[in-house]
Amino acid sequence: MTDGQTPTMAPEPAAAPTPPADPFGDKDGRIPAWGPWAVIFGTAAALTGVLVAIGFNLVLLLIGTTLFSIFGIYVWGRIVEGRRQAFDRAITLGIGSIFALAMVPLASLLYTVISKGLARMDSEFFTTSMRNVISDGGGILHAAVGTAIITGLATLASVPIGIMAAVYLHEYGKGKLKRALTFFVDVMTGIPSIVAGLFAFALFAILFGPGIRLGVMGSLALTVLMIPIVVRSTEEMLRVVPDGLREASFALGVSKWRTVAKVVLPTAMAGIVTGVMLAVARVIGETAPLLITTGTFSSVNLNPFEGRMANLPVFSYTQYKFPGVPPEPFIDRAWGAALVLILIVMVLFLAARLVSRRYGIELRK
Amino acid sequence: MDTKERQVETAASSATKDSTQSSRSGAVGKRIETKDLNIYYRSFLAVKDVTMTVQPNKVTALIGSSGCGKSTFLRSLNRMHELINGARVEGSVTLEGQDIYSAGVDPVRVRQQIGMVFQSPNPFPTMSIYDNTAAGLKLNSKRMDKEQMDGIVEKSLRGAHLWEEVKDRLDKPGAGLSGGQQQRLCIARATAVEPDVLLMDEPCSALDPIATSAIEDLMEEIKEEFTIVIVTHNMQQAARASDRTGFFNIGETGDPGVLIELDETDKIFSNPARKETEDYVSGKFG
Repeated sequence: MTDGQTPTMAPEPAAAPTPPADPFGDKDGRIPAWGPWAVIFGTAAALTGVLVAIGFNLVLLLIGTTLFSIFGIYVWGRIVEGRRQAFDRAITLGIGSIFALAMVPLASLLYTVISKGLARMDSEFFTTSMRNVISDGGGILHAAVGTAIITGLATLASVPIGIMAAVYLHEYGKGKLKRALTFFVDVMTGIPSIVAGLFAFALFAILFGPGIRLGVMGSLALTVLMIPIVVRSTEEMLRVVPDGLREASFALGVSKWRTVAKVVLPTAMAGIVTGVMLAVARVIGETAPLLITTGTFSSVNLNPFEGRMANLPVFSYTQYKFPGVPPEPFIDRAWGAALVLILIVMVLFLAARLVSRRYGIELRK
Repeated sequence: MDTKERQVETAASSATKDSTQSSRSGAVGKRIETKDLNIYYRSFLAVKDVTMTVQPNKVTALIGSSGCGKSTFLRSLNRMHELINGARVEGSVTLEGQDIYSAGVDPVRVRQQIGMVFQSPNPFPTMSIYDNTAAGLKLNSKRMDKEQMDGIVEKSLRGAHLWEEVKDRLDKPGAGLSGGQQQRLCIARATAVEPDVLLMDEPCSALDPIATSAIEDLMEEIKEEFTIVIVTHNMQQAARASDRTGFFNIGETGDPGVLIELDETDKIFSNPARKETEDYVSGKFG
């Protein structure tokens, strides 16, 4: 190959100042960085003009803009840059559009919750409960406290169980028992949350008689939902710990249990903590299981083992579903509680990112 | 457990105690003998009928082409092989006459006496340089005052020729060192628990020539105190750094690896008894 090409290619730059025809079919030109945007906005402007003439339609405008811009950038690229680059431009724009499409519901949801929830972001909202509140005013203190207690208890119960189950599955388990447990963890992951609620409800009804509502029942329901998430994420983190570290520890004459407890778990710790935070974020907004297990209550209740206990998702639901007269203060409280829930989840996500970045250990493959 | 096994176990445990409590000065490595050792991965026979003696306080190099079972054999010497699912061993491996595979022997205790250094440096990423060096003691929760532990850490790091480079940053993570330094840290970590034998599985294959030569010098020095078995792909390394060399070979893919011969390194490289060995060391194959 070199024999054939070297003589022909080497003298060429010296002999002919104009470069030879590009063997890849590339051209010299480049579409500037603003090019794709110019195509998109140009197409949108032109289409708006056409649509206004024949009757405006937003959906048609968006679809049309996407399709015509993809076509436009391809043609421009084909003329200026070459075939492969043109195709790349078209695909990039197509994928960008699909991403934008996926972001639409999220942006819309955030906008709705924030704009409607902002009405009640006052100090009264965070410092008072609904005790003796008939119409306007009132707050979410009782629900926020309830959510903290219920979710906290669920976390306390599911984290040790989940981590130990994952340690068993990844470090110790083999054969049929491991396969069976993995299967059941998968099944648990898919349990509809209302079923978890009904399980807690039925269990306590058997033990304490029908009609019982307790904070701890809600915790039990959330625990059922949280355990498989913690197991899955912890298992994933244990898998990332290189076998070389386990072997190094064994080769020092360290027993298996000490290796797991002092080498494997500390190495995976940042990832496990992140996983737990994401699991909390996942269950903190569960409404259905709490609706049937904790009931509703308008005062602060600090004892999860006695009496009904309010919480944010159920509070938001009941305020919206059963407003009084006039309905506005109830609706505002519902959106306010929803906004607080979103903020809590966001804080948890950010904390999870922070933990994994700050304490995460670069593991060599 | 019958009486004989119990004796083996108590002998093993007292040996461990002695080696950790007495100072290491004057300590010597121990002799390993294998007899008719067959090593399996499930039903696959990977290494067949190895009978050899590893002499104390010598560096024994194991050479041979890839996949001929050198590393597998090495890992069976301190019962690391059986950690792989379905892996097992037949035959006997004795450390100064004690069978390490007899029923009463705890593999954890065997590994305390026969340490290992791996192909790629693997310091514990959560631990500082100090903690990495003391890992064998700390992970086993050995009760020991600070001064005594400081002494062991310094001695081990000095032994691994790493002390001068890291003495001012013992609290920094071990993973922040260069590859060669990390491997010397791993050697310090392995020697800190004061084993009788040190197994090294291609310890230099991830290192540059300078780091490699540092580790070869190190082996020459620490063989005063340990018996060393090193697996290497590098025949020059075997010729340079070992006292005795064993050559493993494999018939065809799927056949088990066998030990062709084991002799003084000079003899293996100048005048081997077997034709295969001569072909291999002269570069005719492999």
